[in-house]
Amino acid sequence: MNKLTKLFITFISAITLMLSSMSSSFAKVDGEYIVLGAAISLTGKYSSNGVHTQNGYNLAVERINKMGGVEVQGKKYKFEIIYYDDESNPKRAAQLAERLINQDGVKYMLGPYSSGLTKAIAPVTEKYKIPMVEANGASRSLFTKGYKYLFAVLSPANQYLEVAIDLAVEKNGGKPVRIAQAFEQDAFSQDVRLGILDAAKRTGSEIIIDDKLPKELNDMAATLAKVKATKPDVLVVSGHTKGALTAIRQIAEMKVDVPMLAMTHCDAAKLSKQHGKKSEYALCASQWHKNLSYKDKFFGTGKKYDKDFKKEFGYAPPYQSAESSAALLVFKDAFERANSFDGDKVRDALKTTEMQTFYGNIKFGPGGQNTAKPMILFQVRCKGDTCENKVVAPTKWASDKFYHPIPKWSERS
Amino acid sequence: MDFLIFKAPILMVQASLDGILLGILFALIAYGMALQWGVMNIINIAQGDLVILGGYIAYTMYLAGIHPAWGVIVSPIIMFFVGWALYKLVINKVVDRDLFISILATFGIAIIFQQLMNFIFGADVVVAQSEYGTTMLFDNSVTLPNSKIFSAVVSILYAIALVIYMKKSRLGRAIRATAQNARAAKILGVDTEKVYAATFGINAALCGIAGALIAITLTLHPYVGLPYTVRSFMIVIVAGLGNLPAVAISGMGLGLFEEFADYILGTEFRIGAVFMLLVFILVYRRFKLSKKREYLK
Repeated sequence: MNKLTKLFITFISAITLMLSSMSSSFAKVDGEYIVLGAAISLTGKYSSNGVHTQNGYNLAVERINKMGGVEVQGKKYKFEIIYYDDESNPKRAAQLAERLINQDGVKYMLGPYSSGLTKAIAPVTEKYKIPMVEANGASRSLFTKGYKYLFAVLSPANQYLEVAIDLAVEKNGGKPVRIAQAFEQDAFSQDVRLGILDAAKRTGSEIIIDDKLPKELNDMAATLAKVKATKPDVLVVSGHTKGALTAIRQIAEMKVDVPMLAMTHCDAAKLSKQHGKKSEYALCASQWHKNLSYKDKFFGTGKKYDKDFKKEFGYAPPYQSAESSAALLVFKDAFERANSFDGDKVRDALKTTEMQTFYGNIKFGPGGQNTAKPMILFQVRCKGDTCENKVVAPTKWASDKFYHPIPKWSERS
Repeated sequence: MDFLIFKAPILMVQASLDGILLGILFALIAYGMALQWGVMNIINIAQGDLVILGGYIAYTMYLAGIHPAWGVIVSPIIMFFVGWALYKLVINKVVDRDLFISILATFGIAIIFQQLMNFIFGADVVVAQSEYGTTMLFDNSVTLPNSKIFSAVVSILYAIALVIYMKKSRLGRAIRATAQNARAAKILGVDTEKVYAATFGINAALCGIAGALIAITLTLHPYVGLPYTVRSFMIVIVAGLGNLPAVAISGMGLGLFEEFADYILGTEFRIGAVFMLLVFILVYRRFKLSKKREYLK
């Protein structure tokens, strides 16, 4: 090693030391700030949804701080978030969680985007007993591991499309239906599949096609040809945005006629914008829709949230942003009820959360999942060339009638 | 499970056509890879990412209101210069070195390309609409998207044009001479540096065409390049270097094999089956070679 390299290394270590000693003063509560930590995918393959998540967090922090902040033991505090970019990489996310906790002294965490990354971070927060409220990890396996410090404001993945099967049975006059399904081979989609299997069992329905799509796959022609040949009552597809876009493109191209098509990730894929009329009648699972009648005092209604979000960020909020904002409301509520900054007391308060937010009711089950909020289904409907998502199930919030069966391609203009 | 495909034989027609149409597209990408592998002895890991970049060029045109099919003309032109620049910046420093060095270098290029595309075009999955409609055969039981037919036809036309160019033109002859013996070609006055740059450019242009076709037939995402690299690698390994008909047949064969594996083994084994086939072919080739006591060069 020559002198220059040595000098360089000394220099770098000196700076690192300096920075680490500086950041430890950041600690959990810094003056009037309650510091939360979050690893978010700002680059890499999840970066669009990572940004939606971050925007959701930021909007809520700004709103809560502006409206008086968090009151603990008679003193007002404000939220502040330390973000790191996890590069959409689970290993990096776990490292960053360690860093947030050990170096930055963060005592409360917000979740990253996606089930995979949440799975990577949860063991770390669990190890250090750091309460984490997450808004974007829906995989069922997150809630079966007995985690005590993990709380999710969203409905678990297996609930995504169960409603669709119930709806299909209902439309079939209460008789069992024949289901064709294609799911990507990843944690989330396979959880959605488990939900369908449960629903099929419950209703006595038969699964006639059960394809598992490899991650690399961007061609579903074979699956759809099978669907064409077997004529099921309902086709279920889940494979993130790629799956949704591929399915719609090829269903239209191959003129596959099914009475009902249910999917996930329609709004993330901007289905109605990218595919226009081809996507009409598709039924999509969603965590949230602006037309739902939930309310809270920070954001008002879903419609108001939609408007405020648009004003701030220039685009309509996908549900990923809405649920991320809700996570902050949950934290605020828990801090105030705990009336303390003690990690375990905050956790206990989180555990007994029971509240309504603009995003939905929130109450945590034993595994940390939100049990108080049902999934909703919307259907893509078009007028001329503009297509919109209309809530059709559950009936309590349905703004429009569910259109069934889907007209045949030969009858569609 | 009883096999649907044997119960409904019409599915075989569908599967075969799907497989062949897709295979032709893959063969085009593979031919580019075979070309530069043969000429420069470089295995380009960034092949798939060049394809995706080509696709994004067509997609950008689509966003600007131009029909994305024009991408098959614009994209290769832009990509040729991208390839040329890549050669001048990076590849010329590794071209005479160990194969491992060039794999590392192109792997690096692949990562940079992915991140750049992510940065510029965002991480959303996108599609370009061709609105070409569908051809229906056998009383609507077999459907062929016209966009897939279009992509196969364009691929074939470009492949034929390239073969003629390689046979007749001065540069084509120079490329072939360099592939056979770079040193001898140099002694006889071929500017091998220029040949290399042109080869890399042509490969990138082929990727550009394929990318534009993928934009209108499949989907685009900054990180889906690798499967294209792997598939073209496979086709080249099966077909050998510098043999276009073999590449075409191997590409279509692979497409067919994949579709039929999907029906018979199930979708989840589709990619797995292709890899099994690759292992089988490699073992078989080795076995044959050892019998003949020859070696490939």
